[in-house]
Amino acid sequence: MLPVIIIVAVVVVLALTTFTVGRVRSRRGGRDVVAPPEAPISRPITPSARPTAPGVEPGAAVEAGDLAPLAEAPVESAPEAPPLAPPEVPVKARLRDRLGRTRAAFAGYVRGIAGRKVDQSTWDDLEEALLLADVGLETTSHLLGAVQARAKEFKVTDADEVVALLRTEIEALLEQSGVDRTLREVPGEVNVWMFVGVNGVGKTTTIGKLAAQQIAEGRSVVLAAGDTFRAAAAEQLGLWADKTGATIVRGQADGDPGAVVFDAMSAATSRHVDLLLVDTAGRLHTKQNLMAELEKLKRIIDRTEGALKEVLLVIDATTGQNGLQQAKQFAEAVDVSGIVLTKLDGTAKGGIVLAIQAELGLPVKLVGVGEQLGDLIEFDPREFASALFEE
Amino acid sequence: MFESLSERFEGIFSRLSKRGRISPADVEEVGSELRRALLAADVNARVARAFVDRVKERAVGAEVHQALNPAQQVLKIVNDELVTMLGGETGKITMSSKPPTIVLLAGLQGSGKTTHAAKLARHLKSQGLQPMLVGADLQRLAAVEQLRTLAERVDVPFFSEASDPVTVATKSLAEAARLGRNVVIIDTAGRLQIDDDLMDELQHLRDTVHPHNTLLVIDAMIGQQAVDVAEEFNRRIGLDGVIITKIDGDARGGAALSVKEVVGKPILFAGTGEKLDEFEVFHPDRMASRILGMGDLMTLIEKAEATFDTQQKERAEEILRDGSFTLEDFLGQLQQVRKMGPLQQVIGMMPGLPKELKGVEVDDREVVRIEAIIQSMTAAERMKPEIINGSRRNRIAMGSGTSTNEVNKLLKQFKEMQNMMKSMGAMGKVMQRAGKKNKKKNKGKGAARPAAGLPAGVDLSKLGDLSGLDLSKLGFEPPKR
Repeated sequence: MLPVIIIVAVVVVLALTTFTVGRVRSRRGGRDVVAPPEAPISRPITPSARPTAPGVEPGAAVEAGDLAPLAEAPVESAPEAPPLAPPEVPVKARLRDRLGRTRAAFAGYVRGIAGRKVDQSTWDDLEEALLLADVGLETTSHLLGAVQARAKEFKVTDADEVVALLRTEIEALLEQSGVDRTLREVPGEVNVWMFVGVNGVGKTTTIGKLAAQQIAEGRSVVLAAGDTFRAAAAEQLGLWADKTGATIVRGQADGDPGAVVFDAMSAATSRHVDLLLVDTAGRLHTKQNLMAELEKLKRIIDRTEGALKEVLLVIDATTGQNGLQQAKQFAEAVDVSGIVLTKLDGTAKGGIVLAIQAELGLPVKLVGVGEQLGDLIEFDPREFASALFEE
Repeated sequence: MFESLSERFEGIFSRLSKRGRISPADVEEVGSELRRALLAADVNARVARAFVDRVKERAVGAEVHQALNPAQQVLKIVNDELVTMLGGETGKITMSSKPPTIVLLAGLQGSGKTTHAAKLARHLKSQGLQPMLVGADLQRLAAVEQLRTLAERVDVPFFSEASDPVTVATKSLAEAARLGRNVVIIDTAGRLQIDDDLMDELQHLRDTVHPHNTLLVIDAMIGQQAVDVAEEFNRRIGLDGVIITKIDGDARGGAALSVKEVVGKPILFAGTGEKLDEFEVFHPDRMASRILGMGDLMTLIEKAEATFDTQQKERAEEILRDGSFTLEDFLGQLQQVRKMGPLQQVIGMMPGLPKELKGVEVDDREVVRIEAIIQSMTAAERMKPEIINGSRRNRIAMGSGTSTNEVNKLLKQFKEMQNMMKSMGAMGKVMQRAGKKNKKKNKGKGAARPAAGLPAGVDLSKLGDLSGLDLSKLGFEPPKR
């Protein structure tokens, strides 16, 4: 009897799939997402509650309710909150100091083959070293192929020299096409930086650290608590606001993130702040409805033309090859302008940087290397490459 | 999660099966292809090498005896090895003879400890236990607040205070005793396995509360690092099991294989979505089947069993017997299938699905539109769609907020479905007869191990074989990428 059900289910699903596929495609053809009366999705995407006229005028009166969250103290008491101290001035860490582990692991491998004559086992060892560093098969083959060609050309037989060639090759890969790694901003404007990524990569923490740094440099910062899904995500950002002296705009738990972003845009514009950092809920890049929600958030920001300066994809450095899929899907949905690579201090690898740069050309703009406020730093490809090889 | 890996295996074996016999050179080729596939799936490089060697060894040995269908043989070997690799007893928390049973969750930052503490609490509660959640992550901002909120949502008591993790954990045990809770789930701060101070702290916590279950929470998207993480956590605090999270994404999840192989402790549970009920017992055999492109039929059957009521099952049988499939039935089935979870997931579990369908994105919201169309029809129209003429069509389109175009499309596809149902029905009858025959034949022999929970003789592989379906008839075109 059960198999019977399955057959019916198979057919229903099969037919449905064919039906929906056609529809999904036609929707991509330009029509808007029609919000169904009862959306059977994990998170309701409620249509934006308030009328949203394009272009919010500076100084425009905003509904009292909209800005109420600004005045509200975000949390009553949280046991882990540090006592309110004057905002700390972060001391920036250095990449090479924090890459101790990466360096040791990779250098250990390289040392293992040093001084030997080049043979097949040399190439095998280098391949395994790169693979274990999460560089991925394709990028590894690409790198080693280039090095092998060079080695042949220059008749290199010494393993040390092969390693030097590989290092040059990695540096070249990271430096390619003169990418701009600075975070874009125009003085005198409200600059919006939006943060996206899968769950648990460190978006909120990155925003907290960045807010601390930007405020220390004298900029005024508003934080938008666009993660209305995860329990206590807004509280978390609120604590960061307390810690750094930034202003926070929050909405209801399980509310519409679009409304939060809209309010934050109004608040940032009327207050003439320098920076608006938009936090978003973590979402797997495979969830189409959630990616559509993200597109919607971007559209809300884009109503103020030119305000959105950066869409930063936060990627956990421990991520394996799936990091590439993440980057591809997010880039397609919201036109990612750069990568923030977090938790690079813990990973003994960090090779995903090479794969992302090689296959997508998306520049890594910031690197998270620890839990301190100063542990969010610019990505320096040369330093990264040399840190891989120094002992 | 493992879809890409299955595709690669399918690629290897489709080439193999074309050659007929397996040669040592073939074994080499399978080996290197297998290694590539495993590496691309984030299986640790060393684990992959060991795995490939084992498979090659067994493949060559098997070839001597019976080289009838080499592809199937290698497939079986790989499958067996995968099951062994992923195996161990799953879904079981070790219960202490003297309550409360203590569960300690540890792992890297962002792996999903807090969420899965709540999911685990919900799961255990549904099994009649009385769990309590303890927030010992005093590190990350608002982590305690997060767990407190989640505890409310799953309706279990919560304990935490602003002191230090060890004190929180110790006091929580007294609190559990006071409230008469028999399971205490302790959420800890995320930490890097190389952070000596925090690892010391965790060790101290373990030595103080002596958990009965120390579980590592690990993200399915993690890469080569998985091995280092698992090894170091195991060395420091002695792991009893693993919870793998975020397997609803498209990460190939090779890390799961690596962790299991290196630590030797079972993967107990898997997190399959953002919602608190998206949590299931980890099934090594099902996962291995999924890796090999055989779908996850057992999960599907279990879900179907849980969702379809008896009446609907009977009606389904009737449909297949006499081919009397109506739009009303379609609507009913549709709603049932939807109850089984997001369509995307259901499709992912479907065995032997045509390749074109595998990568297809399904938007559940579209289903609502289909439902709306059918619901805008009168009862007579649902029973006899032939009577729907131009003006009825217009009315249906208006009523459902769709276009006549969409109504037409649905009607046309429904017609095809009816035809398909008829041929399926014929197939079902053949299968049932074969099933009865086999039952007699197998009596006392114990041959042909039937899949658990299924009537003997039902050939799952045939059931899943949809290759006979003509997709183009349904107006299906493979998505252009």
